[in-house]
Amino acid sequence: MSDATTPIRFRSATEERPLTRWLLVGLGAVGMSVLVFAPLIAVFAEALRDGWFAAVASLGNRDAQSAIKLTLLIAAIAVPLNAAFGIAAAWFITKFDFRGKAFLITLIDLPFSVSPVVAGLCIVLMFGTNSLVGGWLVANGYPIVFALPGIVLATMFVTFPFVARELIPVMIEQGRAEEEAALTLGASGWRTFWTVTLPNIRWALLYGVLLCNARAMGEFGAVAVVSGKIRGQTATMPITIEMLYNEYLSVAAFSMAAVLTVLALVTLLLKTALELRHADQLAATHRH
Amino acid sequence: MHIEIDEISKQFGVTAALHPVSLAIPSGALVALLGPSGSGKTTLLRILGGLEFPTAGRVLFAGQDATGLTVQERRAGFVFQSYALFRHMTVFENIAYGLNARPRATRPPKAEIARRVTKLLELIQLPDIGARYPSQLSGGQRQRVALARALAIEPRMLLLDEPFGALDAKVRKELRQGLRDIHDTTGLTTVFVTHDQEEAMELADMVVVMSMGRIEQIGKPADIRARPATDFVRTFISA
Ligand SMILES: Nc1ncnc2c1ncn2[C@@H]1O[C@H](COP(=O)(O)OP(=O)(O)O)[C@@H](O)[C@H]1O
Ligand SMILES: [Mg+2]
Repeated sequence: MSDATTPIRFRSATEERPLTRWLLVGLGAVGMSVLVFAPLIAVFAEALRDGWFAAVASLGNRDAQSAIKLTLLIAAIAVPLNAAFGIAAAWFITKFDFRGKAFLITLIDLPFSVSPVVAGLCIVLMFGTNSLVGGWLVANGYPIVFALPGIVLATMFVTFPFVARELIPVMIEQGRAEEEAALTLGASGWRTFWTVTLPNIRWALLYGVLLCNARAMGEFGAVAVVSGKIRGQTATMPITIEMLYNEYLSVAAFSMAAVLTVLALVTLLLKTALELRHADQLAATHRH
Repeated sequence: MHIEIDEISKQFGVTAALHPVSLAIPSGALVALLGPSGSGKTTLLRILGGLEFPTAGRVLFAGQDATGLTVQERRAGFVFQSYALFRHMTVFENIAYGLNARPRATRPPKAEIARRVTKLLELIQLPDIGARYPSQLSGGQRQRVALARALAIEPRMLLLDEPFGALDAKVRKELRQGLRDIHDTTGLTTVFVTHDQEEAMELADMVVVMSMGRIEQIGKPADIRARPATDFVRTFISA
């Protein structure tokens, strides 16, 4: 029996006790600090150990410049292609009924479960000088392995799932009704895609593309195998960082690591800014 | 426009959604496809609209074979069960969509499109909601916008799948009259799907009772009430 004069405090069903709450928040904060923030700060601290001048100078030499340009070029080729393939795959899987659909969805995730090194080796096996295709291509002046095409292929393989994985659940949830409506209103399939399908998935697409981009710029394992690590030619930023670090050039290594980190952070900031600016449309797209 | 369904059947893998069914819909009629869930009403409506193709049989529009016409060529104003409004477009843009989708040669100028959309918004008695998004509308408003969007393409017929299904009883009664009025002013041949026998009987000129992919009876509401053709019809309309 509760005393009528003392008001009873009700706790909502999803609310935890204060102690549990603080413990969880504290654990989260410590985890984030140790695992995410501390390493980030360490990268910048190491890069600037000998001052700004040394850090910037280390990025100015020809090999460093070539690595930065190569990485940006690879992302510029691999990301749009993977966005296109990802959209096509997600569209095919969600808008049509066919046998083996579940299997195809699993297949899309394959690059996530295969080690990048193994993926790189597969590309060497398929396109290397000793293979049928690779031999022919090299003979005709189009080398794949130890050249740009191989690195792009490896990067695309590793980052393929990002876009499709973001899109599939969104497209399943949205169904086909809006597309069908557009068709009954006289729109062609092409017009329906550009005016209905694409606008409806644009946020998921953007998110997938940004993740894909971050990973494309940072990929190491598969690229290490196919690139041959030729300085000034096929060494990407991550490869260059590793080589510099192995040579005890730690300021140079961390300076380049800092640039790579900044590129990743810019990607994330871009995403957050877009989300803030279009919050109303974002809500409209997600819920009716 | 006169619509004829000639021995149409539809298989989905091993399920037969429609056994051969035949039906003639006179020009300008308001027809209800009435039946319990799973009886093949939506499938038949989608075949008329060109969203689904029959396994066998023919569809004729005004005496012409229309079976091979694409969904775009059918020019059927289709109202979907959950309305399927374009969520990223305003009400105005939704209604204008079909006109904007026309090839350049037949597309009306911008001002003309605006004039027509305004007129349609008046027809559905929602003149002030053009700038809103579908998420900012009530269920009844969405249904009327979907109707206006379908009417904007100057359709040859109007096809509606459970147009009142998602609404509460009071709104449902109002919108029934709204559909009746729009049918009477436009004179369009109209087919709507419902599982509610009272709704079918009250609104339609002609009711088609369906069960398990077959047509059980076709007739005027009064005739079906007075002389149910099968046991199924008798029990279904007295439910
Ligand atoms: N796309 C589809 N794939 C497989 N079966 C379907 C499909 N559409 C409808 N069906 C089946 O066809 C039958 C009739 O469905 P439907 O026309 O939607 O009925 P109703 O609209 O009267 O509820 C049902 O048994 C349903 O499961
Ligand atoms: Mg149905």
